[in-house]
Amino acid sequence: MVELSTPTRWALRLVALAYVFFLVVWPLGVLVQRTFASGTTALSDALGDPQVVGAINLTLVVAFYAVVINLVFGVGISLLLVRYEFPGKRLLSALIDLPLSVSPVVVGLALLLVYNGRDGLFGPTLEATDVQVIFSSFGMIMATCFVALPLVIREVVPTLQEIGEDQEQAARSLGANARQTFWRITLPSIKWAVVYGVVLSLARSIGEFGAVKIVSGNITGRTQTATLLVEGKYQNFQQDTAYATSFLLILVSIACLVVVAILRPSEKK
Amino acid sequence: MSNALLDEAGTSAPAPPTNPSRVRRRRRATPRSTLTRGAGLGLGIALLWFSLLVLIPLATVVGVAASGGVGRFFSVLANDQTWAAVTLTVTQAALVTLINVVMGTVIAWVLVRDHFPGKALLNVVIDVPFALPTIVAGLVLLTLYGPNSPLGLQLAFTPSAVTLALAFVTLPFIVRTVQPVLEELDHDVEEAAASLGASRGVIVRRVILPSLTPAIAAGAALSFARAISEYGSLVLLSGNRPFQTEVVSVRVLTFIENGNTASAAAVATVMLVVALLVIVALDLVQRRVSRRG
Repeated sequence: MVELSTPTRWALRLVALAYVFFLVVWPLGVLVQRTFASGTTALSDALGDPQVVGAINLTLVVAFYAVVINLVFGVGISLLLVRYEFPGKRLLSALIDLPLSVSPVVVGLALLLVYNGRDGLFGPTLEATDVQVIFSSFGMIMATCFVALPLVIREVVPTLQEIGEDQEQAARSLGANARQTFWRITLPSIKWAVVYGVVLSLARSIGEFGAVKIVSGNITGRTQTATLLVEGKYQNFQQDTAYATSFLLILVSIACLVVVAILRPSEKK
Repeated sequence: MSNALLDEAGTSAPAPPTNPSRVRRRRRATPRSTLTRGAGLGLGIALLWFSLLVLIPLATVVGVAASGGVGRFFSVLANDQTWAAVTLTVTQAALVTLINVVMGTVIAWVLVRDHFPGKALLNVVIDVPFALPTIVAGLVLLTLYGPNSPLGLQLAFTPSAVTLALAFVTLPFIVRTVQPVLEELDHDVEEAAASLGASRGVIVRRVILPSLTPAIAAGAALSFARAISEYGSLVLLSGNRPFQTEVVSVRVLTFIENGNTASAAAVATVMLVVALLVIVALDLVQRRVSRRG
């Protein structure tokens, strides 16, 4: 293994640390400091504001449904992609990654064009049966599902490939049916990949902004999520509330990262 | 093996034993497809959801854009403000990708080959831009580089703010693609090169960097794709000034808010095509890597 000279090693270390410090760590620190500039009043004021509480509640509800849908869909598609052969499999596996490269604004526009009640492709038909997608939490859940779609699949597929099929075949030859094989053999061995994917999806779902902004209509008190509230409050010069809500969102995302960092070593064992 | 799954599917979703379905089942039994009935049903439901959520909406965007003909593409893109947004986005994305190629590789190197207290923390901090909501990312950067900055800097509402926001959100991409490759790199080759008299610089340039190139390319493609599609982190930080700091995503949003979905779809289609090209390029790079390995 090549050993760099001490000055080069120090220089590289310093460059890397300085870059990350100025880009990520210091700005985060200043935001936390501004949140607590006047003690905990900004935070408690924000948590006493029904608009903030409502937005946080809505974010949690939307994120919950989006994560559950993506979990079921993700594990199902992963099993199909790894354990079965069918025509078009390669194409499907490439298309699954598409949502990661699509701009959130384009996601919003795409859903708007299909599901709006006025001149959308399916919108008017759905509205005739009293299902409103755009400007309701239904559309917000769809937008969130869209942007977080590949995350579970990207974690589960490599793990499924790695564990192979031997144990499942053994279980089946001993008379286990499909349900028993899945719950007792497959799921326990992909458990950590699934949890990891769920945590990543949760972070992504809570943080979604652009796509949700378009499909929700950003109606204060009705379809305003926490991220939309941060934008609104900051632009209305209620910076304290914006900082406090951001602080809560930062806490959630860092908690997700810590969970993942703790899970990763246990996955290797 | 398939019997168990068939029984399972038979109890949950019995299909009427009509003639067409039997024909379909027989066709599925060809070696190309190993789908059982239950798995086939699952695939059908998954494809239906995927189509309703992703494929049909994206196809509609392209359809709406194409319905205006080639002429509208050109007239929308020929608009000065739109063209300025496109060039700004592409140049900034390219600049940020270049920064990431250098900084991402350096950070990955430090994370794998260097040892110092706090390295584990640095490893976690790299993922912060992934996990942080984009609007919060913009607000966070605004505190240090915006008005009332403790550094005395005022980058907000200038083109540098766009660079800054894009550099923030794309920080993890190259680090996370290069890091695993660097970890798995065979040390024997480096030692062989050293024993043959190669200097450290030569080993880094001729042995290590070439084996990292596919990973760097893959990370660069991801980072470029993310940068051209970024929206949330720019909202508060860049000020969205036409001709100065307005990026393509903001332009699309303005079209949507003005009810001009046809122009929005045209610009969005251009972005989709770029995203698709990036996916194809990524796939090619990855296939080359797997062929080598």
